[in-house]
Amino acid sequence: MPLDQSFVGRTYPPTAPYLVGREKIREFATAIGATDPAYHDPEAARALGYPDVVAPPTFPVVITFAASQQIIDDPALGIDFSRVVHGEQRFTYTRPVVAGDELVCVNTIEDVSSRGGHDFLGTRTEVTTVSGEPVVTVWSKLVVRGEG
Amino acid sequence: MDLPVKTFRVTRADLIRYAGASGDFNPIHWSDRVATAVGLPGVIAHGMLTMALVGRAVTEWAGSPDAIVEYGVRFARPVVVPDDDEGTEIEVRAVVKGVTDDGLTRLDLTATCRGEKVLAQARALVRMRDSEPAATRV
Repeated sequence: MPLDQSFVGRTYPPTAPYLVGREKIREFATAIGATDPAYHDPEAARALGYPDVVAPPTFPVVITFAASQQIIDDPALGIDFSRVVHGEQRFTYTRPVVAGDELVCVNTIEDVSSRGGHDFLGTRTEVTTVSGEPVVTVWSKLVVRGEG
Repeated sequence: MDLPVKTFRVTRADLIRYAGASGDFNPIHWSDRVATAVGLPGVIAHGMLTMALVGRAVTEWAGSPDAIVEYGVRFARPVVVPDDDEGTEIEVRAVVKGVTDDGLTRLDLTATCRGEKVLAQARALVRMRDSEPAATRV
């Protein structure tokens, strides 16, 4: 059954704050083979003017992926996660994520459509600090593969 | 102008490591049974792992870990990762498309696996560490 297009424009409540840990950034950087000292060494990050280690550019997906569960698990929308593949992804940065950030996500559904037996779900996530400072805006498009 | 090609090897172990680091445990990235049941040729890499590797290439070209101002991709084809020691390889290329009025460099990016493009419309807007792109330095 196609996804309900009346969900377009829906904004979900802000997620609980995510505290960005230094070791999480190091773990993520290691997983993608990123060796720049600013991702691992607080001193190297301070030399660039940041208070603690800097996250690689796609790190925000750790936070937005968890945050998007409120859409994926929304029973009213009814997505079968095992059929989900990633269609598109885009980031616009105000600044990089830094260890010690407490970040909140606000998810908005921007697009729901069906084509060729597949469903498409486009979302925008505004990632800010708990005090409302913008950090990064994340757009994502998920494809829910049809059963055909 | 073309920047030097970068190549990244991806094995099943990398997918497991990325799953843990990112929190994306979708079984299509570790179970052939589930992947083939939903019509994929086999276990595929997380699109976000490919995007992360291309992002790595971009920050390395730019010469600084916080260089990227804007970065977007479309996932055109899955990166199939066989269950062996070699895994597969992703080749990343970039072309400098120009410099914006506020001094940011536009890059058009290409990522290929086994000769096929796995990303489309992959672009980044970066703050180069020097005014000259990295490729012109020795």
